[in-house]
Amino acid sequence: MTDLTDVPTTPADLGVAPMRLLGEDGELLTGAADAAVTAELTRGLYRDMVLARQFDQDAFNLQRQGELGLWLSCRGQEAAQVGSIRALRASDHVFPSYREHAAALCRGLRPAELLTQWRGTAHGGWDPGDYRFHLYSLVLSTQLLHATGYALGVAADRRREPGVDEIVLCYFGDGAASQGDANEALNWAAVTGAPLVFFCQNNQWAISTPSAAQSRTPLHVRAAGFGLTATVVDGNDVLAVHAATAAAAARVRAGGPPEFIEAITYRMAGHSTSDDPTRYRDAEEVERWERRDPLARVRLLLDARGWAGEEFHTALKEEATALSEATRAACRALTPPPLEDTFRHTLAEETAALRAERERYTEWRESFA
Amino acid sequence: MSTTSEVSAGELTLGAALNAGLRQAMADDESVILVGEDIGALGGVFRVTDGLRAEFGDDRVIDSLLAESGIVGTAIGLALRGYRPVCEIQFDGFVYPAFDQIVSQLAKLRARSGGRLRIPVTIRIPCGGGIGAVEHHSESNEAYFCHTAGLRVVACAGPADAHWMIQQAIACDDPVIFYEPKRRYWDKAPVEPGPVPPDAPALDQARIARPGTDVTVIAYGPTVRVALDAATVAESEGRSLEVIDLRSLSPVDFGTLTASARKTGRVVVVHEAPTFCGLGAEIAAEITERCFPLLEAPVQRVGGWNVPYPPARTEEHYLPDLDRVLDAVDVTYQY
Repeated sequence: MTDLTDVPTTPADLGVAPMRLLGEDGELLTGAADAAVTAELTRGLYRDMVLARQFDQDAFNLQRQGELGLWLSCRGQEAAQVGSIRALRASDHVFPSYREHAAALCRGLRPAELLTQWRGTAHGGWDPGDYRFHLYSLVLSTQLLHATGYALGVAADRRREPGVDEIVLCYFGDGAASQGDANEALNWAAVTGAPLVFFCQNNQWAISTPSAAQSRTPLHVRAAGFGLTATVVDGNDVLAVHAATAAAAARVRAGGPPEFIEAITYRMAGHSTSDDPTRYRDAEEVERWERRDPLARVRLLLDARGWAGEEFHTALKEEATALSEATRAACRALTPPPLEDTFRHTLAEETAALRAERERYTEWRESFA
Repeated sequence: MSTTSEVSAGELTLGAALNAGLRQAMADDESVILVGEDIGALGGVFRVTDGLRAEFGDDRVIDSLLAESGIVGTAIGLALRGYRPVCEIQFDGFVYPAFDQIVSQLAKLRARSGGRLRIPVTIRIPCGGGIGAVEHHSESNEAYFCHTAGLRVVACAGPADAHWMIQQAIACDDPVIFYEPKRRYWDKAPVEPGPVPPDAPALDQARIARPGTDVTVIAYGPTVRVALDAATVAESEGRSLEVIDLRSLSPVDFGTLTASARKTGRVVVVHEAPTFCGLGAEIAAEITERCFPLLEAPVQRVGGWNVPYPPARTEEHYLPDLDRVLDAVDVTYQY
């Protein structure tokens, strides 16, 4: 049964019940009809989550096999990411943090592009212009300011060309909210009315520091204090996340002020493959969240309503297997670029000094040939 | 403090020359927007943006929030959207809250993206001491930024050059840290406002401010004037100093520097920043590597002492002056 009181709402009582459309037993709750929950939408979101989990698991395994230097798993956060990004238009711009693999896949990024940074063959890995999906940001919350600036540019374009109706969505976590940049960005966006949706995935843990130790007030309350319209949503309910984001995006697109969505979710794995989550959180907590698995809940709904037959699940399984094979092959095919490229890409035009140093490096390296 | 009055016909103060340069850049390119604290109605604390809001509107001359990381961070976003933001940091000592956004984000995004992203952000920073200011208002922090690959760092020294350099910086597709010597804002010289003439030095070129034959004195920003004054005095003592205005602090135009060093065999580098790990150390090392057999003496450095910038009433003892430059010249004759 749905038990809202059991949802961890650290650092303090949320003060409001998170928006939910899907019960923990897979039943649709009040409001689902208003949110236009259909079989097709549900199937699509479920597919994206299944593929994201498969990809994430493969990447995790590849790290354990020594093929990746590090992996930051998004397991458990698939609903928050898939639900939100699928509520946007392809023309909207997304500024991710560094764990938004599910969102990235939805944007069409290829597994190889997502793995480059972690394999150590690039610091970026994709062309942000191609996907309207910015490079990952490893320094916490820097991207909130980039997103705000980008949104200010969109707003300026809107004033020149009324047809411009793109919006910007920016992902970040509960830990990032402690940074000065996050607070500058929330304030800046609120004051300027930037066409922007801040999407906070509160996954309860900033590496080993729990939300309760990071903030005395719930994050959406803080956002509201800056003057942002704030929504709290069950981040493990993909339908609710989708509906909340679609509503926020529509308001922003129509010229409304920036919005803030706090998705209450959970990071099932460690912060990265380098930490050991058993050292800082107990198994009972993890099990409690395991029971709220975002994929399992949708599967219950699909099955109960007869929205997805055996054929759908078989085809999806085959798709996941194909993705898995492609991911492993793509990873192993990633080779380091020549260091010369970095010299060439440091500035728009390679300076004489950079060229001279590159040539010195090349000469030195070739002396071993 | 007005930058647009009290000057003779044909002459502009350095501040007014920058103002005219910004105006020209904004007129030439609609994507150029100015962002900074109090740059709109007030025209900036040094009035460098005086009148630009009235001319170009508050969409293009934007009074920012009082948040330096925010100024640079949002400028990065604006640049990603296709704009050419020109940020004003109110004082040199206020740039540190934006340090991460400058060195980890602005400087790196181009390389991170494999050259795909273009981040044409110019960050104007009034620099240096000599105006009797309070703490955090007189610093020379160029070495921090010169040490970071992916940034261009430049310093203007005089009105005409400042007028061109600011336009070149804005037109450059790379991030540019643009230092303005605040105690020279009121220095006057002939300036013909307009686009950058074809024979103007490129943004990354040094300029021989005064030709000479005996000693090369390399300076930039506020100390170019000090070096020129030293050259005038040295001439009366029978020594010919060649003064080089470095202009570009990163990259450094070592071609011009070493050509001069080979000619004179004696080199003095002058800057206001502390000498330890300062730009003078880099220049001295590079000139030594390239010109060692031709040098008559080790390259001398004249800079601020390795202490925090001192209280205003003592800054005359901190700032390199004409006498310290001439002393360093004397040292180069003692080998």
